[in-house]
Amino acid sequence: MTSPTQAAGTSTDAAMVPESLTEAAREDTSQEGLSPGRLMWLRFRRDRVGVISACAVFAYFAVAALAPVISWLYGKDPYTLYAQDPNYPGLLNDFAMPAAPFGGVSADFWFGVEPNVGRDVFTMLIYGMRTSLFMALAVTLTTVLTGVVIGMVGGYFGGRVDYWLGRVTDFFLSFPNQLFFIAFMPVVTALFVSPKDETPAYLRAVVIILVLWFLGWMAMARLVRSSVLGLREREFVEAAKVSGASPWRIVRKEILPNIVTPILVQSTYMLPSNILTIAFLSFVGVGFVEPTPDWGRMFATAADIYEQDPAFMFFPGVALFVFVLAFNLLGDSVRDAFDPKTGR
Amino acid sequence: MLPFLIRRLSGAVVIMFLIGAFTFFLFYSIPQDFAELACGKNCSPQNIAVIRENLGLDQPIAAQFRDFMMGIVAGRDFPQGHCPAPCLGVSFASGDMVWDSIIDRFPLTLSLTLGGLVVFLVVGLGAGLIAAWKRGTAVDKALSGASIVLSSFQIYLLGPIVLGLLVYSTGLMENPKYVSPFDSPGGWFLGMLIPWVVMATIFTAQYTRMSRSTMIEQLQEEHVRTARAKGMSRGYVFFRYAWRGSLIPIVTIIGIDLSSLLSGAVVTEFTFDLAGLGRLAVESSVNKDIPLTMGVMMFGAFFILMLNIIVDLAYAFIDPRVRLS
Repeated sequence: MTSPTQAAGTSTDAAMVPESLTEAAREDTSQEGLSPGRLMWLRFRRDRVGVISACAVFAYFAVAALAPVISWLYGKDPYTLYAQDPNYPGLLNDFAMPAAPFGGVSADFWFGVEPNVGRDVFTMLIYGMRTSLFMALAVTLTTVLTGVVIGMVGGYFGGRVDYWLGRVTDFFLSFPNQLFFIAFMPVVTALFVSPKDETPAYLRAVVIILVLWFLGWMAMARLVRSSVLGLREREFVEAAKVSGASPWRIVRKEILPNIVTPILVQSTYMLPSNILTIAFLSFVGVGFVEPTPDWGRMFATAADIYEQDPAFMFFPGVALFVFVLAFNLLGDSVRDAFDPKTGR
Repeated sequence: MLPFLIRRLSGAVVIMFLIGAFTFFLFYSIPQDFAELACGKNCSPQNIAVIRENLGLDQPIAAQFRDFMMGIVAGRDFPQGHCPAPCLGVSFASGDMVWDSIIDRFPLTLSLTLGGLVVFLVVGLGAGLIAAWKRGTAVDKALSGASIVLSSFQIYLLGPIVLGLLVYSTGLMENPKYVSPFDSPGGWFLGMLIPWVVMATIFTAQYTRMSRSTMIEQLQEEHVRTARAKGMSRGYVFFRYAWRGSLIPIVTIIGIDLSSLLSGAVVTEFTFDLAGLGRLAVESSVNKDIPLTMGVMMFGAFFILMLNIIVDLAYAFIDPRVRLS
């Protein structure tokens, strides 16, 4: 469906809408057969910074996904206290600090060892990234879906439904969210497990996703609502309505393909911010706890022992810095590629 | 102005009530005996029963909610003594008045938030202005590049690095600490300087970029071009015409950023080991000290709402069109 909107994004389902086939064919000859999605891809490919950032982000996800394989090849895991292992004598000195220089970097321990307990930093980091990235993916997916559904319903049906959905959105937006994440975490955990029992790690993960999802969908809902509101009155939607298409079909085939772009761009901003929020929760001590390897928890440890062992901050810090930088640059490039008019 | 204030303040009251109701029913529905928690270890069943009665926990939840809300408006009486008007209850864990604990910690968080705000507005908007003024030159490229790099740092990453450079290895500055500005303004300033700068860094970058792009947009407006065409100097037009217009979208973003500013303050407190509202929130939340957690949250929400109203008032000073409507 070639729509007249400037926000025209990917070519999803393009040829599947019969009424726009002729129009698509006409567009084909004038634009040398390039769909908006194809044009976007061509523009993006020319942007060297964007391509490098995309590769970097992809590499992070690959490392996170392959963490078990990598640690198997590397021969260590993030839980074992290697300081107590007779195979590695003298790992920590008398002050329980890494004996080797630069945080205990050696051929056996590439990124050094954790002070006091002697765990391997390399595997802690890749497993920590795995935790953070997968959690953030889950949160982003659920919040985007919720936001799209709520925004779509409000924008498409309008009237009273829209009014009340708008009020609910405003209400949740008025929560100072990070403060509420902190407060909700233990309470919501207590709904599932008695406070006297140990909370299993998977339950913590579920609660984090739940809490972040609950207070995370509003921005997306607003964005989708305002986009749908603009599209609802357009001729091609009217035409579909007149020709007897059901609301579900109109939403799916006429409106959704037109708002894919803003949703995608917004999502590329949401994912890193979710990673940082999860890290924030672990950093202040209400997210993941010992011994679950987690990025944010590594920073909490690193900040505690920074005066004695600054090297412990180095690898997780550089990893996070590069990741956020790559994602920021990628977000800008994706936006530019989709919408070439926003000159920077 | 007055009708606007009244409308906004009554709206804030409604939102505070809704937030209070929502969190109250969520929090008090958790399956845990709060009296047992308040009593501590090795507590006899008789004691638990006494505490339950004293805290009003033996009543139905709706009645507890009524008492809680009435306490905020009119004050309440507890076995620990009378709790005057904005009464948020008594901490389960320590038995202190929640309001007193919050007021004790709040000055630090307020200093952090407002100080950080001032630093990133001055530095961020300033850098943006310079970049827009020198658009396309090396200065512009350097500032824009630096802003992207700096915005990729996190407070908990930058904080220890700065501490390591300025405090641990060189001893140029002391470890950050909070002193009341009324006791020693200089000590307060020096004690908070590192946290302010570190906290502001991650916001500065965003404001530099925004200030630059809105300035460039404004400079292409017709009234700006007309002013230049009739012979006004570049500097005068830049500041009196374009800058003022560029502030409007920036004020909007400040309003949106207020709650991340508060969370930035929380991270900063943890990074520099300062005891503010954020630390209180985490401590109370981990202890499941429900009245204290609720108190901190409602106070935080109130703080953000008030700042939002102030930001909205700022529109009227910047944009004359707002004043008319």
